[in-house]
Amino acid sequence: MNSTVAEPIVAARGIHKHFGHLHVLKGVDLEVAERELVFVIGPSGSGKSTLLRCLNRLEEPSAGNITVAGIDMLDPRTDINHARQHIGMVFQSFNLYPHMTALGNVMLALRKVAGKSRTEAEKLAQAALERVGLADRADHRPAELSGGQQQRVAIARAIALEPRVMLFDEPTSALDPELVGSVLAVMRSLRESGMTMIVVSHEMGFARAAADRVVFMDHGLIVEQGPPAQIFESPAHERTRAFIGQIRQH
Amino acid sequence: MSAWDRFLKTFFNTEVMAKYLPDILQGMVVTIELALLIVVSGIGAGLVLALIRSLAIRPVNWLIIFVVDLFRSLPPLVIIVLIYFGLPAAGISASAFVSTWLSLSLVLMSFAEEIFWAGITSISRGQWEAARSTGLSFGQTLFNVILPQALRLTVAPLTNRTIAITKGTALGTVVALHEILGMASSAVSNSYNPSPLMMAAAAYLVLFLPVVVGARWIEARFAWKR
Ligand SMILES: Nc1ncnc2c1ncn2[C@@H]1O[C@H](COP(=O)(O)OP(=O)(O)O)[C@@H](O)[C@H]1O
Ligand SMILES: [Mg+2]
Repeated sequence: MNSTVAEPIVAARGIHKHFGHLHVLKGVDLEVAERELVFVIGPSGSGKSTLLRCLNRLEEPSAGNITVAGIDMLDPRTDINHARQHIGMVFQSFNLYPHMTALGNVMLALRKVAGKSRTEAEKLAQAALERVGLADRADHRPAELSGGQQQRVAIARAIALEPRVMLFDEPTSALDPELVGSVLAVMRSLRESGMTMIVVSHEMGFARAAADRVVFMDHGLIVEQGPPAQIFESPAHERTRAFIGQIRQH
Repeated sequence: MSAWDRFLKTFFNTEVMAKYLPDILQGMVVTIELALLIVVSGIGAGLVLALIRSLAIRPVNWLIIFVVDLFRSLPPLVIIVLIYFGLPAAGISASAFVSTWLSLSLVLMSFAEEIFWAGITSISRGQWEAARSTGLSFGQTLFNVILPQALRLTVAPLTNRTIAITKGTALGTVVALHEILGMASSAVSNSYNPSPLMMAAAAYLVLFLPVVVGARWIEARFAWKR
């Protein structure tokens, strides 16, 4: 891990999350530097999604501090809708709006949140679709697109707002294997453009090629973290080793 | 006189029909006015209640659920009678028209609220989360993302329910409302002949058959693939 002099763009400290009696996050600290790509791995149920969702406050942490791009996310005075513009999120299940075209999906927040005029929003949305290689699918409804194309529209919807950070929650897990590559390619070009990214995924090849740091979570805690080579080849903890061994077998 | 002639003279007596046609037409006007008012206020109020319910304010939602369940369980006839004969006791007098309108609006409101609410809750949590994650507010998400999807799902059940309840305008006869059936029944007792009832049936067909056919068309149109 490179020691950054600059303020981290994402700083989460002592994050706890309870769902009733279930203690899902047990004091997670995560700092992410600008332009860094952090990969989060861990067994199902270890709290990876919950952690991501706490970062943009889709989930309310039970305790802890979170700042993103200098904004105190948990301060009640923070305009959360304004803050969320700076944090793009991509979901496992795409969650495109089925009643709108691809272009409409991307335009909605540009119009309603960023306050762009119709023509301006349309221009920006078209440019975002271009970045994910779907300029020619602007008029298609989600139902008329493949899973990979839908996920790329979802990425376009997020990046159109020019976020400072992008959160990806298993972006390729719901895709047929032959469609995974197109989504990873878009993520890689995003990374090359300097986007700060936190990615929950089991795509080890992608992690190896693109991640600055891999974070291993288990039972609501970060067990260990480090450069991909270190985590994948010589993990310090037995639990990490066991998990890496498991996902290797796929 | 053959049996057939006797049948015609009894049920389709042209003299009686000609005499009471203006009454029946007058009743149709009342029925149309009443039905339109009920549709507008019942569906409008139902939608407003469903939107308020989505704010998830507990005591408010308990109240909504109580009111809605109440008006869905009581027979509409009972509500009409209660309002018409009960309100004067509370110092408010409501005409037969107002009583029937208010009663059936409350019933339609209650069913519509449940239909809208079912539509809203059937939209996946992922839709809310995706929209909110881009910075859309609760209200913006509700109006731009959730409702357009939910309303499509409600079209079919809502049209069916609306037809069923607006036909209930005939219940207004018990409080002497001069709608189609009311006019027909008094015509029957005045003429000692059931022909006006046949006219009433025809009048209901003329009014509601196009609505039923239209509903079929609307249903087909809104059943769109996801
Ligand atoms: N909204 C919720 N209500 C109750 N329990 C939840 C909720 N969301 C997640 N959980 C639980 O929290 C734990 C961690 O979930 P999650 O963060 O989704 O794990 P991961 O993404 O690592 O698979 C799981 O046991 C899950 O069942
Ligand atoms: Mg998850």
